[in-house]
Amino acid sequence: MPKLTVDGIEVEVEAGATVLQACEEAGKEIPRFCYHERLSIAGNCRMCLVEMERAPKPVASCAMPAADGMVIKTDSPLVHKARNGVMEFLLINHPLDCPICDQGGECDLQDQAMAYGCGSSRYAEKKRAVKDKELGPIVKTVMTRCIHCTRCVRFSEEVAGVGTMGAVYRGEDTEVGPYIEASINSELSGNLIDLCPVGALTSKPYAFTARPWELKKTDSVDVMDAVGSNIRIDARTGEVLRVLPRTNEDINEEWISDKTRYAIDGLKRQRLDRPYVRVNGKLQPASWDEAFAAIKAKVSGLKGKQIAAIAGDTVDCESMTALKDLMDKFGSPNLDCRQDGSNIGGPRSSYIFNSTISGIDEADVCLVVGANVRAEAPIINSRLRKRWRTTAGDFKLGIIGEKWDPTFKNDYLGAGPDTLSEILEGKNEFAKLLKAAEKPMIIVGMGALNREDGDAVLAATRAIAEKFGMVSGEWNGFNVLHTAASRVGGLDLGFVPGEGGLATNDILDGAAKGDVKVVYLLGADEVDTSKLEKAFVIYQGAMGDAGAQAADVILPGAAYTEKNGTYVNTEGRAQQGWRAIFPVGDAREDWAIVRALSGALDMTLPYKNIDEVRARMVEISPTFASLNVPSKAEWTDFGKAGDMKPEGFVSPVRNFYMTDPISRASVTMAKCTEAFVKEAAAEKVA
Amino acid sequence: MSHVRRPAPKELQPVSFAFTPEYMEKAKKIIAKYPEGRQQSAVMPLLDLAQRQTEGNWVPTVAMDYIADMLDMPAIRVYEVATFYTMYNLAPVGKNFIQVCTTTPCWLRGSADVVETCKKELGIGIGETTEDGLFTMIEVECLGACVNAPMMQINDDFYEDLTADTTKAILDTLKKGEKPNVGPQSGRKGCEPIDGPKVLKAFCGCGAAPQDADASKGDA
Repeated sequence: MPKLTVDGIEVEVEAGATVLQACEEAGKEIPRFCYHERLSIAGNCRMCLVEMERAPKPVASCAMPAADGMVIKTDSPLVHKARNGVMEFLLINHPLDCPICDQGGECDLQDQAMAYGCGSSRYAEKKRAVKDKELGPIVKTVMTRCIHCTRCVRFSEEVAGVGTMGAVYRGEDTEVGPYIEASINSELSGNLIDLCPVGALTSKPYAFTARPWELKKTDSVDVMDAVGSNIRIDARTGEVLRVLPRTNEDINEEWISDKTRYAIDGLKRQRLDRPYVRVNGKLQPASWDEAFAAIKAKVSGLKGKQIAAIAGDTVDCESMTALKDLMDKFGSPNLDCRQDGSNIGGPRSSYIFNSTISGIDEADVCLVVGANVRAEAPIINSRLRKRWRTTAGDFKLGIIGEKWDPTFKNDYLGAGPDTLSEILEGKNEFAKLLKAAEKPMIIVGMGALNREDGDAVLAATRAIAEKFGMVSGEWNGFNVLHTAASRVGGLDLGFVPGEGGLATNDILDGAAKGDVKVVYLLGADEVDTSKLEKAFVIYQGAMGDAGAQAADVILPGAAYTEKNGTYVNTEGRAQQGWRAIFPVGDAREDWAIVRALSGALDMTLPYKNIDEVRARMVEISPTFASLNVPSKAEWTDFGKAGDMKPEGFVSPVRNFYMTDPISRASVTMAKCTEAFVKEAAAEKVA
Repeated sequence: MSHVRRPAPKELQPVSFAFTPEYMEKAKKIIAKYPEGRQQSAVMPLLDLAQRQTEGNWVPTVAMDYIADMLDMPAIRVYEVATFYTMYNLAPVGKNFIQVCTTTPCWLRGSADVVETCKKELGIGIGETTEDGLFTMIEVECLGACVNAPMMQINDDFYEDLTADTTKAILDTLKKGEKPNVGPQSGRKGCEPIDGPKVLKAFCGCGAAPQDADASKGDA
C-alpha cells in the first residue's frame, strides 16, 4: 500500500489507486471533467493537474498511479497557473450561453470556471461551431458546448454496451457523437445527461423547464421495476419535474433506467383526482362519502368468500397491509398480490434474489431462465455486463427462454423446459461451466414462473441450484427476478390466498361465474377485466387505466411520488420513499383510504397514522424491521416436481418502455416506443 | 486551411461492400499478422485496402461497417479511426489525387507557386475535383520530404523539387494519361545536395580524386 504526502498530509491508499484518489483521501478536492469513478480513465481534459515533487511539469492526477513516497501539492501557484491555462483553453471554443443553457446551476464547467477561470478572454479569433446530433427522444444535444471529455463515449461503450457514441475527426474538428445519424438505443441512455459535465447533452423532455435551485429534492424509491433503484424526485410547486438517480452501491450504483427517469410525465395525464360511482352504467363524479356509501350498500350482507382483492404492481406495502387487514375483517381469504397469475410465494428463499444485486460482482457463471433481464431490469443487466467486463470476459452468461441481447457475449442455450432438463441431466456444454464454477448463479424470471407449470419449473430450477452447488455456505446463487415493485413486499406481507382462498385467476373466473360478487382492485390494471363485468368492482389507484374503466366505484389514490411508502425490491430489501408532492385533487394516500373505508363500514382498522401501520408491518414480517438491508433467507425445500410443458418461456415485458399505468400514459415513453421498439419490430419484418 | 472532411452524401454511398477475392486474400494475410484476440489492430491496413478497392479512392461507410463486422468491433470504433487519419478519403476523389505540401519548409521553397499552378492548370480550388474526375487537389501538412521541398504527392508517389514549370509538366503528362517520372524534378538524385555530392566522393566515382587520410578528416 503506497504512502504519499498530499499538501503535507500523509495518506495511505490501496495499491493501484491514482494520485487523484489519494488527494481525495486527504480531503483535497481536485477539479475534473473527464475522470469518472465508474468509467475507464481517459486523462484528456487535463483539469486535474497537480504538482508532484521531482516531476518536471504538472501531472494529470487522474491518470497517475499513486506510488510510495510521492509528494503532491494541490494548492501551489504552479497548480493554479496550470489549471488556469487548461480552463482558458477549454473556454476558447465553449459558447458563453449559460443563461439559455439547461445545465446552468449544475454545470461542472460553470462551477470550475468560477474557481479557475480568468475574468475575460484573450481569444479574439473565431469560435468553432458544431452541428447538433439527433440522439433520439431522450437526449438533447448542443454539441458546440462539448469539451470532448468523452465520458459519454466511455459510458455507452462500457456500461450501456451500445457502441453508438464516438469521437470522430481530429484536432479542432473533433466531434463527439455517432458518425452517421443514430439514436442511442439503450435503456440507460438518460444517464448520459447526468454524466455530461457541460450542457452538451441535456434532457429533452425537461428542456427549459426549471433551474436546479428552484427544485425541492425528495429522496424516494423507484417503482417502475422490481430493482428498487434509489431516486431523487425534483419537484416545484406541486409538480414533479424530473427524477434523478441517488447513489446506492448495492442496487443501482449511480445509474437509473430511462423508464425510471422519464415515465413521470405519465403522472400528469389520465389521473384519478376524485371518487367516482357508476350510476346507470356511467361513472359519475362523487364525494368520498357517496363512494363509501355505495361500497357499504354492496358489501353489507355478503359473505367473506364473495369478496376478493387483487393488488397491482406498483402498490406500496402500507396500503397492502391495510387492505389485507380489511379483508380479514370481511372474513375473506380471497386476496392475491400476483396479478400475473403466478404461484410463487412459498418459503422466502424461493422468491427473492438471494445473492443480492451486488452479489453479481462475485459470480462467475450465470444461467438466466425465462427472463429478458435487459427489458425487465436494465440496472441488473448493467451489473451483469460490469461483471463480464471486470473479468475480461471470463464471466459466462447462459440464456434459456426468448433470445435477447444482454449487450455482451453469451451462450444461448434453448427456448424452454427441455433445455432446463438437459442442463439438469448434465448433457449440455453449459452444465460443465456451471459444474466448474466457484460461485454459479441462476436468475429465474417471471416468464418461467407465471405459467401453469410454474411450480414444476421452480422445482427444476431449484434442482439445478442444488446440483451445481449454487447454494453453499454464505453463497446463495438462486435468484428470482421480479418485474413488479410491489411483489416481494406483498409476498412478505402474506397478501396471498388464505385457507381455501382464491388466487388471481380463480378470483377472475369466480367473478365471471358470479360466485365472487365484489372485487377490490388495489392499483391492479394488468388483469383480464372482461371477466369482471358481473362483479362489483372497486378500483383504488392513481391512474385511469384498465382497472378504472371496469370499476363501479373509483377511489382516487396517490402515485408513488405523492406518498410515503415502503417497497421491497426483488432482493427482499425494504426501502422507504418520501412524499415529494401532495396527491392531485381529492386523492389521498392509499393506506389512509382503506383505513377511512374501514371506518365507514364499521370495521375500523386499528391504526391512526403511518407509523402505526408500519408497526403492524413489522408484526407481520421481519423484513420491515430492518430497512435498506436484505435479510438472508433460509434455504429450504420448495417447488413441486412435475411435468413441464414444452413451450418456450416468454418474458412478460414485451415493451420495456410501457409496463404499467404510469409509463403507458407517458408521452416520453410513447416516443421511445415509437423510436426504438417499433423500429426494431419493423427491422425484424424487413 | 485544409478542406473539411465529411462523409459523402447518401446519394454517393454504395449500398454494399465486400472485398474482392484478391483483396480478401490480402486482408486475411494482414489479419493473420496479429496475435489471437488482437485482430482489431488490422483496422488501419484493412481500411487502406478498402480505399484502394473502391472506385474513387475512398472509404464508403458500408466498407467501414464491413470491416467492423470482419474484425468483430463496434462500427463506431472504425469510424473513429477512418475519420481521424486524413489519408482515408471519406468521399470520392479524382483519379489523380494531388496533395500539395504547404508546411513551412515547402512554403519557404515556393509551394505557393505549386498551388497556384495547379489551380490555374486544372481550374479547381483546394479541396475540389475537376469536372472530368481526373484531378482532386488538397493542401496537406508536412509529408516528410522537406529536403526536396517543395513537393506534392499524387496517389502513392512523391514529386519533389518542384517549380511552376515542372508542376505544369507533371500535370500535362497526367492529362495525357501517361505517368511522369517520380521523385525530384530538378535532376538531382534522391535527396543528395543540390549542387552535387560533398562527401565520400572517392567511393561514388563522381569527379574528385581520392583524398589522403588527413584531408578526409577535415572540412569536406
